[in-house]
Amino acid sequence: MKARGMRTPLAAVLALLLAVVAALAEPYSCEIPGYLLFGGNDLKHVTEVVKNDHRLTIAVVGTGSSALAGPDGPPSAYPARLQAALQQKLPSVAVKVITLVRTRLSADDLAKGMDKLLVDEKPDLVIWQSGTVDAMRRVEPDDFRAALDEGVETLQKAGVDVILMNMQYSPRTDSMIPLAPYADTMRVVAQQHEVPLFDRLAIMRYWSDVGAFDLYAAGKDNVLAHRVHDCIGRGIASMIIDAAHLHGLANKASQ
Amino acid sequence: MPQVPLRPSSIWAIPVPHERPPDMHAPVAPVVTSGRDLRLDLFRGIALWLIFLDHIPSNLVAWVTIRNYGFSDATEIFVFVSGYTAAFVYGKEMRERGFVVAGARILRRAWQIYVAHVFLFAIYLAEISYVAVSFENPLYAEEMNILDFLKQPDVTIIQALLLKFKPSNMDVLPLYIVLLLLFPPILWLLQYRATLALGASVLLYVLTWEFNWNLPSYPSGHWYFNPFAWQLLFVFGAWCALGGARRLSGVLRSRVTLAIAVAYLAFAFVISLSWYLPGMTQYIPSAIEVIYPIDKVNLDVLRFAHFLALAVVTVQFVPRDWPFLTTRWAWPLVVCGQHSLEIFCLGVFLSFAAHFAMVEVSGSIWLQFIVSALGILVMVAAAGVIAWYKRLEGRSPGSRPRKMPDADLAGGEA
Repeated sequence: MKARGMRTPLAAVLALLLAVVAALAEPYSCEIPGYLLFGGNDLKHVTEVVKNDHRLTIAVVGTGSSALAGPDGPPSAYPARLQAALQQKLPSVAVKVITLVRTRLSADDLAKGMDKLLVDEKPDLVIWQSGTVDAMRRVEPDDFRAALDEGVETLQKAGVDVILMNMQYSPRTDSMIPLAPYADTMRVVAQQHEVPLFDRLAIMRYWSDVGAFDLYAAGKDNVLAHRVHDCIGRGIASMIIDAAHLHGLANKASQ
Repeated sequence: MPQVPLRPSSIWAIPVPHERPPDMHAPVAPVVTSGRDLRLDLFRGIALWLIFLDHIPSNLVAWVTIRNYGFSDATEIFVFVSGYTAAFVYGKEMRERGFVVAGARILRRAWQIYVAHVFLFAIYLAEISYVAVSFENPLYAEEMNILDFLKQPDVTIIQALLLKFKPSNMDVLPLYIVLLLLFPPILWLLQYRATLALGASVLLYVLTWEFNWNLPSYPSGHWYFNPFAWQLLFVFGAWCALGGARRLSGVLRSRVTLAIAVAYLAFAFVISLSWYLPGMTQYIPSAIEVIYPIDKVNLDVLRFAHFLALAVVTVQFVPRDWPFLTTRWAWPLVVCGQHSLEIFCLGVFLSFAAHFAMVEVSGSIWLQFIVSALGILVMVAAAGVIAWYKRLEGRSPGSRPRKMPDADLAGGEA
């Protein structure tokens, strides 16, 4: 009924096959299949600024799931991991990732902050993580969509590229937070504005299905969180290189 | 007044002829189509199974369910069939015993569903409270905020009793309650001015879209299934039951209709594939984007049309007297469809239990298959037991063919 945890037969069969493969392969791999990572939407401004100026400033705008707590949290969270992965892949480019993480803010709150962000940080690319807070508050999907539209349009008018990132896959709270309508909305907004969507929900679910991570695990241990964020950071780096057509610049050895 | 058995004398002791010659129809107002249409039970059974599978979070088995292949899903089937059977059962009652008696029974039914909803909410509270104390994972610090409402049970529980706070997956029964509360006058109008009633329903649907009517939710937003929009499908089901289906039969059997329906289903299939395979998006013309968003809250026209297309194809290929319907292979689905409220509630409970098992034991694919299969087995067994109880108590119309359909039973069907 509620479109939750969407799957296609193809994806399911792939997941099943890959589960077997993953069981045989090394234990900590977190490969992301291309169909989950690469789409038809380009990051044109990123291509330009990287090729002409050899620099790239990325702003990560998001809520709680874009950060990790504790003293070793910030360097382990995915924004920092993205910077490390991208810098390694693009050694000739000055990569800077800044984070503007505010807990408990809805998409509407975040959208209203985009103008200020453009002035303060002058990013080339904004990675906008959203959806979890709105789903928990059950914000009207139309309002959620309007907020995303507003934020993305503000950024695009300023000539800045955007990547939307949806929620985490959280199997334990899966029956409690109605993610699906919000994930659908983000997909639609990404399609309409022709921006890439980093489908964190499907990717983490894929990792769970193939056994890369046990996302059901309980406990205060940080290892799982650090590894997942590292993989997310590397996944976004691959997405950026693909969507901005930077394969020519990329350091082959590190791919 | 001819007595038309509402269901075969026993689901085990089949077959019973379902077709009656037309002259056996009551001469009163619009006539109910003859006999009980087992296809309805079958498809409601299918809907119940699919709803169960879809409600288990993170369940890979749910990729078999129809929502992944088009715009509509099991909810549409469930609401339509519920409208159809409610009109079938209570319409007969209203013609024979009057508006007050039938109306009172419908309201009693709404009360039973309310009680069932509150029962499910208690189970939900138990599950979420358990998760709250047992689960700490730094990766999911943000998601744990969902448990905030446990800090103010006074507000939460009262809002739940008012049907304003509805945890996820618990939206269908409140919709059903509101639909039944509104049903007596609609049913009355359907009996005497069927077209007018359907027209009123369409008008309400259009006005709802125009003026954004909906009921409020707690802590924010509106009902996930907007009753003012979804009533269209319920009333349409009721209208079909009270003679509308026969009036449409010419259209339904036409080759042109079938061709349009098949083409539309194919279109919806391709579009829905593009949701999962980003690589496919480039092959879909951007003009298609005008169809978005496909609004489930307000029963988008595309969803309604998708359901109609499915129904057209079904009617073409599944005849009313299809022998399969009375075989033992169809029985597990039919018996579930015949006790839909009980099995629906059980399904919601079982989906909680299945999720719990996946969290506590393992989320492996094998366990997902096992809990899915086990859940369906339990649903079928429970439906079998309920059918047995009802026969035991002589409440099955088959066992006393001249008895009025009992309210519980009628409800069980409606």
